[in-house]
Amino acid sequence: MPSEWIARRDESLTLQGEWTLANYRCIKAELRQQHISQATGAISLAAITRLDTAGAVLIVELIGVEKAHSVAKWATELPKVQQALLIRIAEAMQAPLIVDPPAYSRINQTLANIGQHMAGLWAQQRQLLAFIGLVIATLFHLALRPHRWRVTATVAHVQQSGLNAVPIVALLTFMVGAVVAFLGATVLQDFGATVYTIDLVAFSFLREFGVLLAAILLAGRTASAFTAQIGAMKSNEEIDALQAQGLDPIELLVLPRVMAMLISLPLLTFVGMLSGLAGGAMVASLSLDISLGQFIATLQKDVSVTHFLVGLSKAPVFAFVIAVIGCLEGFKVSGSAQSVGEHTTSSVVQSIFMVILIDAVAALFFMEMGW
Amino acid sequence: MTNSDKPTEQTSQPVIKVRGLINRFGSVVVHDNLDLTLKRGEILGVVGGSGTGKSVLLRSIIGLKRPNGGTVEVLGTPLNTLGEAERSQIERRFGVLFQRGALFSSLNLQENVALPLIEHAKLPREDAEHLARVKLALVGLSPEAALQFPESLSGGMVKRAALARALALDPDILFLDEPTAGLDPIGAAAFDQLLVTLRDALGFSVFLVTHDLDTLYAACDRVAVLSQKHVLVVDTIDKVAETQDEWIQDYFHGPRGRAAQRAHNDY
Repeated sequence: MPSEWIARRDESLTLQGEWTLANYRCIKAELRQQHISQATGAISLAAITRLDTAGAVLIVELIGVEKAHSVAKWATELPKVQQALLIRIAEAMQAPLIVDPPAYSRINQTLANIGQHMAGLWAQQRQLLAFIGLVIATLFHLALRPHRWRVTATVAHVQQSGLNAVPIVALLTFMVGAVVAFLGATVLQDFGATVYTIDLVAFSFLREFGVLLAAILLAGRTASAFTAQIGAMKSNEEIDALQAQGLDPIELLVLPRVMAMLISLPLLTFVGMLSGLAGGAMVASLSLDISLGQFIATLQKDVSVTHFLVGLSKAPVFAFVIAVIGCLEGFKVSGSAQSVGEHTTSSVVQSIFMVILIDAVAALFFMEMGW
Repeated sequence: MTNSDKPTEQTSQPVIKVRGLINRFGSVVVHDNLDLTLKRGEILGVVGGSGTGKSVLLRSIIGLKRPNGGTVEVLGTPLNTLGEAERSQIERRFGVLFQRGALFSSLNLQENVALPLIEHAKLPREDAEHLARVKLALVGLSPEAALQFPESLSGGMVKRAALARALALDPDILFLDEPTAGLDPIGAAAFDQLLVTLRDALGFSVFLVTHDLDTLYAACDRVAVLSQKHVLVVDTIDKVAETQDEWIQDYFHGPRGRAAQRAHNDY
């Protein structure tokens, strides 16, 4: 069957038709089928009707760089533009196009990966500690200089990360409160002690759930926002611009965010505790026949204020950790869009992890202290 | 697209015909009744002061902004009457180099250039990457650079790689938005040279938005001046420079304009 692109007579080849990108795969298959890898004999290009870079690459591969360079001498019938194209492509293909990346054995690579991850983890913890130190140092430095406090920025962040989060925090803790009450009712019913549902809800929300749920929500909502904001500034060289103007990015960007979190999270924790209790009270009055008055009376009788203080005391710590991790991950962003995504993910995962870790340690501590 | 025996009516036909173009942002009128023609195989430089809507014009032509009025005809077909699929067909014949390169930051250079070849030309990855390496070599990037990611490159290399990507599908029309901005003079001159060489070899038409006087003298066949919401004049650079208009006189006969002209005449 005569080919659309190549006509062969003994050693001489005639190329014809459209040697373009659209036909690239077909021509390549054709060459393979006819076992043509290098044209040794005479070759004619006159019958080519269309030629683009993809076609030119195939021709240069076929006839070799040397011959393509001197195309003007032996293919005079080819239009000037196409000669120029072949010569340009030949020039581009003169040097080797591939550099081999250095090859390692699989075991070496695995070991290297493990080592790299461990070193990365270690470096990350050190970086976090260093950053915390830097933020605290700047905080103390500025504490004595009230004229340098960024009140407007701080208030704006309180609004974004605190005030705007009130509805979602209230709703979530309300529902969890109801769930805990149901759970308590079901389990305690067997002992005839359904009235202790009130204690269960109160203890769990005052000591743990109020602050934990609020902190986890802010870790997802605000830490990611901090990372993305600062990361975008970093890739736009805004951070560099601040530094070049002798302004301190920690003072301008990090402290307002940290302060805003320190203000927001305790308040949100309080909101969370109240609406968790409200959720419990609703379930108590609707399905356990415990009236609201009885609920409040039992609260006052059984639950001391220590539990509230224990819960609330954790809020500033969580707030600080979440804000610092969010900001630090933002600073780690490098140019690409992918990097912004990676660090945003990392900041949420890290801050939730740290919040739960600290909470566990704190629970142990408070238990030993008998608070 | 180098084609020796295209039908003659196509050869004479302009590749882009903008007629009566109107663009507004709110109450700010950017273009009012703007006409412009890009001929086949020419490099058309578009100049104008900041805020005269050069980039907006480019975006209207490539379909990133829907004009408020007027028609844009590309290769003989009015763009606004086309459906999604036909439009995509036309857009495949465009190559666009954005002002800041706009390379995909999660792909290395080779993959950046190979992407349109895989997606549109349906080449297998191996072939696409081979062609991509040739294109990168064509714009003067080394094979080592082909495996690097855009963030680790200098401005000049980003521009070159972006040009290679714009050329990936052998476009009929190349749109360049300030390709030499941010390059050093040597790099900029090399870019002008490269553009002319590639145009001669590949035969595409170029729509070039620029501020760079040297590029106008070195590379452009015709120059269009955007001013007062329309194209004030479009002609060869020597004739444009003679036009009696305050902005044009300042632009071409200011200190930088004179230097560029002198350099060109010496050359």
